[in-house]
Amino acid sequence: MDNGTTRSQRFGRRRFLGAAGAGTAALLAASAARSATPDPAITEVQDWARGLGDGVATRPYGMPSEFEKHVVRRDVEWLTASRQSSVSFTPLHSLDGVITPSGLCFERHHAGIADIDPAKHRLMINGLVDRQMVYTLDDLKRFPGRVGRIHFLECAANTGMEWRGAQLNGCQFTHGMVHNVAYTGIPLRMLLDHCGVRTNGRWLLAEGGDAAAMTRSLPLDKAMKDCLVAWAMNGEALRPEQGYPLRLVVPGWEGNMWVKWLRRIEVGDQPWHHREETSKYTDLLADGRARRFTWIMDAKSVVANPSPQAPLRHRGPNVLSGLAWSGRDAIRRVDVSLDGGRNWRTARIDEPVLSPSFVRFYAEFDWNGSELLVQSRAIDATGYVQPTKHELRRFRGTNSIYHNNGIQTWLVRPNGETENVEIS
Amino acid sequence: MSRFPRLALIISVLVLGSAAHGDSASAEPAIALGRAALPEEIAAWDIDVRPDGVGLPSGKGSVKQGEELFLQQCAACHGEFGEGAGRWPAVAGGRGSLTDDNPGKAIGAYWPYVSTIFDYVRRSMPFGNAQSLTSDEVYAVTAFLLFINDVVGDDFVLSPETFTSVRLPNANGFYEDDREITERALWNREPCMINCKSEVMILNRARVLDVTPEDAKGAGSVD
Ligand code: HEC
Repeated sequence: MDNGTTRSQRFGRRRFLGAAGAGTAALLAASAARSATPDPAITEVQDWARGLGDGVATRPYGMPSEFEKHVVRRDVEWLTASRQSSVSFTPLHSLDGVITPSGLCFERHHAGIADIDPAKHRLMINGLVDRQMVYTLDDLKRFPGRVGRIHFLECAANTGMEWRGAQLNGCQFTHGMVHNVAYTGIPLRMLLDHCGVRTNGRWLLAEGGDAAAMTRSLPLDKAMKDCLVAWAMNGEALRPEQGYPLRLVVPGWEGNMWVKWLRRIEVGDQPWHHREETSKYTDLLADGRARRFTWIMDAKSVVANPSPQAPLRHRGPNVLSGLAWSGRDAIRRVDVSLDGGRNWRTARIDEPVLSPSFVRFYAEFDWNGSELLVQSRAIDATGYVQPTKHELRRFRGTNSIYHNNGIQTWLVRPNGETENVEIS
Repeated sequence: MSRFPRLALIISVLVLGSAAHGDSASAEPAIALGRAALPEEIAAWDIDVRPDGVGLPSGKGSVKQGEELFLQQCAACHGEFGEGAGRWPAVAGGRGSLTDDNPGKAIGAYWPYVSTIFDYVRRSMPFGNAQSLTSDEVYAVTAFLLFINDVVGDDFVLSPETFTSVRLPNANGFYEDDREITERALWNREPCMINCKSEVMILNRARVLDVTPEDAKGAGSVD
């Protein structure tokens, strides 16, 4: 990443610490803190330090500690009429690093979770190919060229509630339709070459095996460039809610195209203009016309800590932590502000920096209990700078639902409580 | 992290891929995996329809027939006139509201192509009993949806012959993604780092609208 400190950035950093208040005083107070009475967590022998714990294989499939029960996907009941056509959100505020645990990856289904017997799953490739083929999962796993790739998947409607102003109080709800997963599969190109795409083949239609029979048109160029047909996530089989046993991986492009329960790919010479690329996933602009085929996810970032569900609890040293991603290229830099965008400082981006993938950024700061307005701003290697919500609305109006990558603001109050706000 | 190992991989995939491509005119695939799809299998799954009518099955259905079917199998969720019952989606209404604060995006107001209705209903409606309608029924209910969206009259019959004669009002309302041109200003600007604005005002707060589930809130208490 670009961490070169220019003079102005160094100056910016001083201002940034200054804006956080009397940082040094708080820091001294904190490090000099002394406990009056000995800590029973140390002086008393705890149950778990005396008796024996559960033996091996008591939990054949390991689960998180019972103290982590609150770290779950959540939905907003009034958003939709039915849970089968709905969404649950990734708890970004409770996670660290760049890999989203499989069980916490947000869900978006259009006809519930298909419960597929892998022995009965088939992938068909038909249309403008020399050989129309059917593959079993075993066939796919015997193909040469298997690869692993780490990619983010963001629903185009992520942050879609926030176009008109601050709505949902928590980054799980404002930004939780995104996850970042390690996939294993074969390049879609291998399969297409196996079938022999005819010279007039330009577009693919990917289709799911669920009761929505989800379809999306995908240009052949993208399929040949970097798409995968994947059966594994984070080292194990895909979860049913993520498309078990097979899903399409379309790096950097909107999540709806990553067809789950993938059962068929048709090759054609034109796009199909199906429901999910006309009625939905088109961006209605202020003049009443709409952009279509807005596949790429622009650079975006969000501070996960602090955020409304993860308020500040301590004065003195704190770690601001967040995620940034771009569908166009690698994230090159993330800046953070504690004063509502008056002053910025470049955050520290942790390894690994892959693309298109989440990067994790941190910014250490001292908090004296004054009000903060926390923001982050991502810049990718194409030079794209994440816009403010005002800038975005100037181009798009407020009706587009999709592709809201505007800068998010959290207000931290003196009691640590954190709120979703919009600022001038 | 170095990008070179990944580059090498991509190159080897490209080489492998183009080798396979060279064989593509032959009947046998280069790698003996999978099997030929049978015509019956392709017919069972390949039910997609395009704007030019490619993919349409034979059959026909009238607005009248469609109305009966809609009342029986669709209206419980979508409303008798397609207005949407409760929070279920509307499938009619909203014409001329695309620049309003709360634009209607149902078929007559927003959709560009008739084929999309036919294809979508055929593959996924009624919700919970997908792919249960016959081709004639899909023609009929599509005709009825066109009728309640003020696109055709009540004597209309939809069939492969009449299909491409119907145009939806918003057919010209869409254009290709042009962000890289119209939003060019978001690229290659030097982001401001210090004294970027003089004052910051809070314009609105989520708390006012308060939509967050109670148990997801973090309480404020600080040491
Ligand atoms: C049990 C409720 C229910 C019934 C019955 C039902 N639908 Fe639907 N319909 C839905 C839901 C839910 C969606 C949105 C699904 C999604 O999430 O993709 C939908 C979507 C649609 C859409 C697309 C709406 C849009 O704006 O994109 C059409 C058209 C439609 N239904 C037609 C029908 C027809 C025709 C029937 C009867 C044959 C029918 N529906 C029966 C619940 C229902």
